[in-house]
Amino acid sequence: MERAKRKQPSIHTGAIPALRNGSAIVRLSAVVCGLGCIVRKQFAKGLLYLVAELLVILYMINAGIYNLKKLVTLGDVEQQKIWNEAKSLYEYVDGDRSLTILLYGVITAAVLLFALLLIRSSVRSAYAAELLYKSGKPVPGARQEVKELFNRNLQKTLLSLPVIGVLVFTILPLVFMMCMAFTNYSVTDNKLVLFDWVGLANFKKLVNLNGSLGQTFWPVLGWTICWAILATFSNYILGMLLSLFINWKEIRAKKLWRFCFVLTVAVPHFVTLLIIKQMLQPTGAVNVLLQSLGLTETPLPFFTNATWARVSVVLINIWVGVPYVLLQITGILQNIPQELYDSARVDGAGPVTTFRKITLPYMLFVTTPYLITTFTGNINNFNVIFLTSAGLPRPVESTAGKTDLLITWLYKLTIEKQYYDVGAVIGIMTFVTLGIVSLITFRYSGSYKNEEGFR
Amino acid sequence: MKNNKRSLRKKILVGLSHGVLAVLSFVWLIPIVWVVLTSFRGTKGSYSSTFFPTSYSLDNYKKLFTDFSVFNFPQMMLNTLIIAVVSCLISTFFVVSVAYTLSRLRFRGRKALMNAAMIIHLFPGFMSMIAVYYIVKMLGWTDGPMLRVAMIAVYAGGAGVGYHIAKGFFDTIPIALDEAAMIDGATKWHVLTKIIMPLSRPIIVYTLLTSFAGPFKDFMLAKVLCGPNKDYFTVAVGMYQMLEREYIDQWFCSFAAAAVVISIPIATLFLCTQKYYAEGVSGAVKG
Repeated sequence: MERAKRKQPSIHTGAIPALRNGSAIVRLSAVVCGLGCIVRKQFAKGLLYLVAELLVILYMINAGIYNLKKLVTLGDVEQQKIWNEAKSLYEYVDGDRSLTILLYGVITAAVLLFALLLIRSSVRSAYAAELLYKSGKPVPGARQEVKELFNRNLQKTLLSLPVIGVLVFTILPLVFMMCMAFTNYSVTDNKLVLFDWVGLANFKKLVNLNGSLGQTFWPVLGWTICWAILATFSNYILGMLLSLFINWKEIRAKKLWRFCFVLTVAVPHFVTLLIIKQMLQPTGAVNVLLQSLGLTETPLPFFTNATWARVSVVLINIWVGVPYVLLQITGILQNIPQELYDSARVDGAGPVTTFRKITLPYMLFVTTPYLITTFTGNINNFNVIFLTSAGLPRPVESTAGKTDLLITWLYKLTIEKQYYDVGAVIGIMTFVTLGIVSLITFRYSGSYKNEEGFR
Repeated sequence: MKNNKRSLRKKILVGLSHGVLAVLSFVWLIPIVWVVLTSFRGTKGSYSSTFFPTSYSLDNYKKLFTDFSVFNFPQMMLNTLIIAVVSCLISTFFVVSVAYTLSRLRFRGRKALMNAAMIIHLFPGFMSMIAVYYIVKMLGWTDGPMLRVAMIAVYAGGAGVGYHIAKGFFDTIPIALDEAAMIDGATKWHVLTKIIMPLSRPIIVYTLLTSFAGPFKDFMLAKVLCGPNKDYFTVAVGMYQMLEREYIDQWFCSFAAAAVVISIPIATLFLCTQKYYAEGVSGAVKG
């Protein structure tokens, strides 16, 4: 296999071997994109490469180099007031705006990355054309290449737009946001217009246990993880129990019971959450009901006492999440092959054994990816916290409340308080924790490995 | 005798179980019942001294659709509808192309793409949204019709990452169908348009419906992007605003009415998607 490969160089080789093995024309294609294609009479393709390269060069000369130069300092010209003699008033002269500079810098970096890909692609197609030419085979023309885009290269056609969408609207903003973590873009010291690179200073501030920020960060992180574990497993276990319960053969009107629970999933969550918030206020419906029944004298402190608030949000999450789990698990339960149960009964296994040996392992196998996504979803569960307790109760000296998760704290720090730098750091920290946990678990879960197991 | 005792105990157990289920259903349904009752409540204000209203009227609904002094509810509905229609078309196109490609085509870098999608999924969607907010603010789009474009872009632009359910559907269509067609000389494009698409109606409808409902359900993103700009509020942001301290006394019952108005279509949509979801999960080709 290896030897055969070496004898007959593959068309689909990388750019580096192509440069090493190709002729001078292939190598020149790295400088003049499309040259290799034009030489082999692939005019349309070659011209496309060339035009793209010229556009990149034009952009770099016109704006790109300036943007990159500015990116180093993030701008240092302040807005100035200049006395205008003729009009006899002060005129403002615009200074640098670091945020704009940062954005344009990121865009320029993206353009440079695109240029690299362009060169790589140009070299590779020049090399492929050369190989075909040398072995005496016809080099495909433009029409044929377009045809291939709907046949052998269909993935390129289908993926291009969605991938561009993700790059522009998800990845580019993410990179932009991450860059802020290394600056001092914040309301402190009035760094909202002009700010500078500060390296890892923000990360240090956040991790430092003695600083005011660190003293908020660690408790919030701890609560976030506690919350994610509590929320995920309480929903999962209770949902599974409820589902098994309704599935019990003695229960009548199964569909009716399921409908009652599923109805709450159908109503938009923000609506139900806001309603529950109103019901649990000191003067809300629940307290009114309890007081009129004489069960309590004073209103219960659902969101005003730290422990009460934490229990409340977990309970609310159970209310919101259990029907959802029920919905998912009912489908899975019905998919477990009935033969398994039949043969277990023949062998004399009781209901507890069948649950332990058949239902539970099957369920765990199928739902591991689901468990992981709910776990990550709960770490980033903005709605349940923000729309109910809103992070309250909040100690006076702190920026985060007792039920604030990292994500709601991030919201408060950036959108409400304008500590953009710290906000970005928190975002990155959230991602890093999540990334490590889920990448490991995902890769070892059965459904990732056996993607095509049942075909 | 012994048998009789056992069956009696079982009867009690079964009866008790139904009782427990009834109590649980009550707990789960009570907020919904309460909001429906509140939407018809005759007395104003957020505070009510009784759990159930003492008088009923349609005024709250009337106020919602005629009083535009603070909140223009029909305008909010229209805003949300525009955004929902455009973004659901775009995101369905994205989701279906990505899911189909990753499910049925084999090419270099496929696994790498799937891993990348998974990593992107881990970022709080919120984070890239905040960045979009900075960009929108910087471009000065926060108070113009371009705000809608920005919202659609955020809802639909990155939709391709959420391909999992649709891919699961395409995975169930037997690969033999493709192979048979290709032996007969069909290109992959023909396989997609002539064979797979007609079989994929349930999953396409499912994707359309879920992404249509998205802007109606989302709160956070619209809240951040709209800021205080009332002309472009979506329903969720507007309803949240109704509960702010300065409006809650006047608007609380209308909030309940809005909740009912918005929940009925969304719940119907959801129940429909469940039907299509079940159809999709049970596989396109039966037998």
